[in-house]
Amino acid sequence: MKITLDQVDYVAALGRLALSREEKMKFMGQLDDVLKYMDTLSAVPTDNVEPMAGPVELFTPMRDDTVNPSLLIEEALANAPASDGSSFLVPKIIE
Amino acid sequence: MPNLHEKSAAELAGLLRDKKISAVEITKSALERINTLEPTLHSFVNVYPDLAVTMAEQADRMIQDGSARPLTGIPIAIKDNMCLKSRKTTCGSKILANFTPPYDATVVNLIKNEGMVILGSANMDEFAMGSSTETSCWGPTKNPWDTERIPGGSSGGSAAAVASCQATVALGSDTGGSIRLPASFCGVTGMKPTYGAVSRFGLVAYASSLDQIGPFARDIKDIALMLNLLCKHDPMDSTSVPVQRSDFSTFLDKKPSGMTLGVPVEFFNKLSNQDVERSLTEARKVFEKLGVKFVELSLPSLDYGIAAYYVIAPCEASSNLARYDGVKYGHRAENFDGMIDMYCRTRAEGFGPEVKRRIMLGTYALSWCYYDAYYLKAAKIRTLITQDFKKAFEGCDGIFCPVAPAPAFKIGEKIDDPIQMYLTDVFTIPVNMAGLPGISCPAGFSSDGLPIGMQIIASHFQESKLVQLVSAFQRETDHHLKHPAI
Repeated sequence: MKITLDQVDYVAALGRLALSREEKMKFMGQLDDVLKYMDTLSAVPTDNVEPMAGPVELFTPMRDDTVNPSLLIEEALANAPASDGSSFLVPKIIE
Repeated sequence: MPNLHEKSAAELAGLLRDKKISAVEITKSALERINTLEPTLHSFVNVYPDLAVTMAEQADRMIQDGSARPLTGIPIAIKDNMCLKSRKTTCGSKILANFTPPYDATVVNLIKNEGMVILGSANMDEFAMGSSTETSCWGPTKNPWDTERIPGGSSGGSAAAVASCQATVALGSDTGGSIRLPASFCGVTGMKPTYGAVSRFGLVAYASSLDQIGPFARDIKDIALMLNLLCKHDPMDSTSVPVQRSDFSTFLDKKPSGMTLGVPVEFFNKLSNQDVERSLTEARKVFEKLGVKFVELSLPSLDYGIAAYYVIAPCEASSNLARYDGVKYGHRAENFDGMIDMYCRTRAEGFGPEVKRRIMLGTYALSWCYYDAYYLKAAKIRTLITQDFKKAFEGCDGIFCPVAPAPAFKIGEKIDDPIQMYLTDVFTIPVNMAGLPGISCPAGFSSDGLPIGMQIIASHFQESKLVQLVSAFQRETDHHLKHPAI
């Protein structure tokens, strides 16, 4: 299967990446190579094999529902590219 | 005292206890070494002399008032993806170039409470994606044994800092070999503990089901001390496993006679490098002399390890890295047209090529029409790989194999060939897929003087067996005692 430029555009939009034409052309070839390599996986019989999400048995650790110190608002906002002292600022999304 | 920087943490701790030296003296000697070597090696993203000296003074006070702990006063380098409160943590990425965490990672907390001395943040591949430390936005780290070569990655700065005696020990993280590979290429000892053994709270996430923090040192004794410090249950990480760990140092003097090491035929069939083959054969002889038995075994699904890994890791990465949107922290593009455009430009400007490539790969593999063919298939193969290991450990205490197919390659050699770069990790990746502990220990040198490591893998939470085996090996050999002529 050959990756097309349209597919690269589609995936870049999903991944929220504004790629240059040069980058798209480069990734088109490289993704194709890598995915061809991945296609070796289809040769492995995996009927009746359970998928594995992680190496440890997942359990839900429980703790008492007590109030603990958390970040101060100033600390939480200190790294924000734009803030007004109490909130993160983002471009307007609703007209 | 001469050559302080070459001493192990265990030796320095003894000198500190006997008041023959102060933590400030040790730290100043390390900072001097860093000053001399940094222009050549570039092991660090940031060095913090002020912080280091303050921490050393604190360590000296702990020693004075009798509250010193085993690693008090020992200088350490921390990979640049572990949150260090009020200091920059950049993850080797432009997108986090100005990020100053408002909290400490759990491992950083443990290090601070121990009274260790943080020298600075070690260079790494951007977001730990790479096998060479060339994808760091701050430029590559050089291998101390040959500065035209890469140190391995992604924790290349940590490995180079320890190999060149800039730091006594270091922390790295290992998602597909990122501790063991640079340890092998730089001639130091590095361990990836069992998944869940060390808290990941405050570690910048790459692929959360594979990431694990672990130590680098020049001597296994120091690895044991570091494991004692790091392997603690942490309620802040829901994958941190609450198990009681015994003192790893008690395994240093245990004889390995009667233990069995498995030799996976699939791994050795892949070897074509004579230096690696010779080093592994000689290492095997050392173990045999120590009374360790060897059995051949088969891990048939390992052939699919890399392909499955490079589906799963980018899938998790594409999801984890969605948080870099220019809102809460990190870089934000200056010019954009609306919210979505802000995301797209911010990320395009902030991420480097390898990170973009993996986001693209992961996004593609998770998109609705390909999910079954890639992610689900890879997750099933992960089960098969884990079952292979489980079966193998029924007949052996550890698995003995190479770390990498060949010694360190040249800077620039593989940077534009993703598949060749990915294949470097063929022997290390399966360990992360199954969540097992694995160690890389110096086992010899190539004909042109490059270090070659061996890898030993144990079953879940059996790090003590790795300590026992490597300790016995290091008592019989001197590969780990050799220093690069830098």
